[in-house]
Amino acid sequence: MLAYFASLNPAALLRACPGGIAQGLIWGVMALGVYWTFRILDFADLSVDGSFATGGAVSIMLILNGWNPELSLLVALASGLVAGFVTGILHTKLGIPAILAGILTQISLYSINLNIMGKANQAINVNQTTLRITSNALLLWRTIGIMAAFCVLLPALLYCYLGTETGCAFRATGNNAAMSRAQGINTDRMKIVGLALSNGLVALSGGMLAQYQGFADVNMGRGAIVIGLAAVIIGEVLGELIVGKRMNYYLRLLFTVIGGIIYYLVYVFVLWLKFPANDMKLLTAIVVAIFLAVPYLQQKRKNSFRHAGALAKREGGEG
Amino acid sequence: MLRVEHISKTFNPGTINEKKALDRLSLHLMPGEFVTVIGGNGAGKSTMLNAIAGTWPVDEGRIAIDGVDVTALPDFKRAPYIGRVFQDPMLGTAPDMWLEENLALALRRGKPRGLKWGISKAEREQYREKLAALGLGLEDRMTTKVGLLSGGQRQAITLLMAALQKPKLLLLDEHTAALDPATAAKVLELSDRIVTENNLTALMITHNMTDAIKHGSRLIMMNQGKIILDIAGEEKRHLTKKDLLDRFAALAGVQEETDSVLLS
Repeated sequence: MLAYFASLNPAALLRACPGGIAQGLIWGVMALGVYWTFRILDFADLSVDGSFATGGAVSIMLILNGWNPELSLLVALASGLVAGFVTGILHTKLGIPAILAGILTQISLYSINLNIMGKANQAINVNQTTLRITSNALLLWRTIGIMAAFCVLLPALLYCYLGTETGCAFRATGNNAAMSRAQGINTDRMKIVGLALSNGLVALSGGMLAQYQGFADVNMGRGAIVIGLAAVIIGEVLGELIVGKRMNYYLRLLFTVIGGIIYYLVYVFVLWLKFPANDMKLLTAIVVAIFLAVPYLQQKRKNSFRHAGALAKREGGEG
Repeated sequence: MLRVEHISKTFNPGTINEKKALDRLSLHLMPGEFVTVIGGNGAGKSTMLNAIAGTWPVDEGRIAIDGVDVTALPDFKRAPYIGRVFQDPMLGTAPDMWLEENLALALRRGKPRGLKWGISKAEREQYREKLAALGLGLEDRMTTKVGLLSGGQRQAITLLMAALQKPKLLLLDEHTAALDPATAAKVLELSDRIVTENNLTALMITHNMTDAIKHGSRLIMMNQGKIILDIAGEEKRHLTKKDLLDRFAALAGVQEETDSVLLS
């Protein structure tokens, strides 16, 4: 036990934090995409696991072909738009249940991603290219600065959209589809547009991560939805604690990004504790399951048959 | 204003659950007519309203609103012409959105939605006035989530929303059935007021014969997907509950003791 604690190096933890923040900001963009469908559209979209890797693959391949890294991110975003569009069509026009539509897109993207890259992974020379998002230690703080600025501006942009006429129609679609149709809203179209936008953000984030780590891998998106959900939930809990009732959509989106950062800092911390990296996905899934279950269980405790039975017994005993 | 011609709808065709819900039904409404619809369970009242609203396509027949053939249009494309209030108070509003946001959605019913702000300052004043006129104190709760309001308040809001952008046709589908009697009476009175003030053409389904007689300018009775009785004008004004029951018995060929069950 003592030997274990002695082997932990606080300086190493401190050194690992900036990297954690940078990755957290990148995953924060991904989490915004998850928030968009999961919370606003009430649609658990599993295609993001595929589109995240697609974004990475597209960006890396374009850079390898001499493209400007930022331009490659725009194309990555576009590839995500297409992926989300496909999921939307599968769900709305072909009547496939939400979860299954997402899985179908996800699994087909696996093949597509392999085709884009030609093999399971592709790397770029981090020092050769003019990357603005990079894990290069000398440029790490600049990367964090750029990502932080982006992660403040992007929620502002999304917030503005949600305030527009179409944005209101989008929120109404997720909230009450029957009412939305009665108000003349084409709910199918809103769902398709929402899914496209969400997957666009996810693919953009995938491209950013690939540039950051210097490679794209066909498995880089595996479990991305769970990490996105973790960020959304951490953000919500934190937002509830700090802002409470004065919460608006800008803060919700901002807290989602902050949730991503906290997730990655915890990730760094747990790794520093020498927790096996292979078990991280299991740990993440457990944490997300707990956070999703807590509100339900709290409700249940106050409103359960066992509780009612116990109460009745006690009163019966008194009488 | 509304021309429904020979529409039919069969649910689950070719299965053991096959049900002919509408049977070559026709109905013409003049502008400003307020029609109450009664009939037993399964008579096809809600089915008729859903057919007019475009929830699903009809099997045959034609529906035109104010001269526009809408037979081929889905519900959201008929929205420019139709205001709806559902039976379930939960259905008519977006629960997680603010009251004023719900009203703003209704003001844009059937209009193209762009990237302009979803709600303007001038609108808010208009909403405040209209809400104040309801007399429910809702004008001070415009940034409350509608889901936190009571069923009666939500039905009143849905009614206001349906008329905010004057519809060619107002469809009320047993919109007071889920409310307690006192609230139901208030919402009915409000419905009368909104129909009269805006001179709306309306169809109102009700399970309550007294309400059907008391409200509206015309009454139709449905049975087995058809209109079996259509009373308007002077005759409607002098109608009694007993008249209705007698005529239903004669027309539908049903024993009188079951009538009260069908038309309580």
